[in-house]
Amino acid sequence: MRARDIGIFSLQAATASRSRTILTLFAMAIGVSSVILLISLGDSGRRYVIDQFASLGTNLLIVIPGRSETTGGPPPLLGETPRDLTLDDAMALSQSTAIRRVAPIIAGSAPVSVRQLEREMIIMGSSADFLEVRRLTMGQGTFLPHGDLDRGGNVCVIGSKGKKELFGNQQALGKWLRIGDRRFRVIGVLADTGVSLGEDMGELVIIPVATAQALFNRVSLFRIVVEAVSEDAVERAKVSILSIIRARHEGEDDITVITQDAVLATFDRIFRALTLTVGGIAAISLVVAGIMIMNIMLVAISNRRSEIGLLKALGAQQSQIMGLFLTESALLSSAGAFLGFILAFVAMELLAGFFPEYNLALAPWSPFVASGLALGTGIIFGVLPARRASMQEPALALSRR
Amino acid sequence: MIRLQHIERFFQVGEEKVHALRDVDFSAAKGEYIAIMGPSGSGKSTLLNIVGLLDRPDGGTYELDNIMTTTLNDKQQADVRRHKIGFVFQFFHLVPRLTAEQNVELPLVLAGVEKAERKGRVQETLQAFGIGDRARHRPDQLSGGQRQRVAIARATIMKPTVILADEPTGNLDRASGNDVIEIIEDLNSRGITLIMVTHDPELGDRAKRRIKMVDGRIEEDIGKQI
Repeated sequence: MRARDIGIFSLQAATASRSRTILTLFAMAIGVSSVILLISLGDSGRRYVIDQFASLGTNLLIVIPGRSETTGGPPPLLGETPRDLTLDDAMALSQSTAIRRVAPIIAGSAPVSVRQLEREMIIMGSSADFLEVRRLTMGQGTFLPHGDLDRGGNVCVIGSKGKKELFGNQQALGKWLRIGDRRFRVIGVLADTGVSLGEDMGELVIIPVATAQALFNRVSLFRIVVEAVSEDAVERAKVSILSIIRARHEGEDDITVITQDAVLATFDRIFRALTLTVGGIAAISLVVAGIMIMNIMLVAISNRRSEIGLLKALGAQQSQIMGLFLTESALLSSAGAFLGFILAFVAMELLAGFFPEYNLALAPWSPFVASGLALGTGIIFGVLPARRASMQEPALALSRR
Repeated sequence: MIRLQHIERFFQVGEEKVHALRDVDFSAAKGEYIAIMGPSGSGKSTLLNIVGLLDRPDGGTYELDNIMTTTLNDKQQADVRRHKIGFVFQFFHLVPRLTAEQNVELPLVLAGVEKAERKGRVQETLQAFGIGDRARHRPDQLSGGQRQRVAIARATIMKPTVILADEPTGNLDRASGNDVIEIIEDLNSRGITLIMVTHDPELGDRAKRRIKMVDGRIEEDIGKQI
């Protein structure tokens, strides 16, 4: 039998009873579209997080006080607290040739006021390098001045949202505002960059790190963000950070250095696992659709007993009959997959319309996954009915009408 | 050309074992016209099915055109059915969703014949049976007589050497029944062996050779040539 004829015959058989065909297609379409949608949502989430990380800057390393890895051995008798990360530590880091920029960070919240207007805001003490390290752009004015980190100044840079809340539509540059009991002059306003990784730069007030130490009455740094000179230098930078700090902290490895790549890789892994899990759950609906196809095919076979007997009488081999019925269920499931893909596409477009900021899109490989899955289910669940059809005794089948 | 020896066939019906064919010996020469008669349950349809390779005997041997069919596998048996045997059934057994044309084409499709060749052969056959104008009608748009003609056209399109007819007029009125019988007898006059199961004595009497079956045995065999 020619492949084309098998296709035509099975197509005619599959479309002969309309309600059966529509129900099967519907079940398959829902299964396939839920798999595609959930996989694509997971994938979009992964891309979103990775894009966010990339927008933070490149070749970054983050130095955090305290150690996240233990070395074994007996626990210390007395509680061991890590040494503080200090400004001197940060300045020492910039001596390494692998490191281009160093931005020490102290963060805290404090009331910020302009005349009678007062708001609680996040205050971040940092250095001039922060602008480059975090890839921020200025809307107006200038960022913190370069110069000695030890010497602060009563200047500040505010985010665009904070500017709007504190000054409204008035000019903010050159104006004074009060943080706690200190007065600061506004020398710059950040451009509106929106939310990056849950941290709204628009509501931030950035002041020189030494001033922040005084303001919060604290010498220890929250963390140090370091930019390596190149991608290849990231590992070298990590090693030199560890050795510089060890030398300064009496031989203790009491800091943790996280590279951006490591964080990215972790998120990537988490999101992939999540996508697979969710996709696997959705695949259950595909199995249900497959069982439905099997059921419908079994009913079709008992309705078409005499047809099967006839085909045998006309010289059809068992393998041919099996092929015909398998083709029929494969056709049903692929048509369902196609519909499911369209359904998923439309649903995704709708979602993307509602949540434009998440950049939702169907994963490019999802059509292949879906059609593979659908064909797979169609064939796996088609085998049993097709076998049953091919094993039927023709004499018995033909004796009834 | 058809030789059955010591054919046995049992059926399990519930607890009971029914002996449908008991030690049946039967042979037919090329071009014979044989009617198999007998009361229902006498095994006549079972015999026909075994001759048509739709059923396997539980014992005995069956030789068709010097091929020992009892040792063939499914694929080879299907091949024999396809090329040597044409079936005509009481209930026509046309595929309801296919047109007359497509029903007649079915054996050619199964055999993998080229489409261009199929068209010509189907048209020719439909014309020969006087249903050329019904080619695009589906079975439910045809009368009983027309349906049986389509079925006969389908049975003959592979140019078989044997036509097996199981009560071919059982579902037809007298006029169209006569038509159908004449068509089948005409095929026989051109050298195709015809074996027909019927319990209509009038119909049976038209055959040159008449076999009467009772209780799974051949009781009478009148007009045997060999």
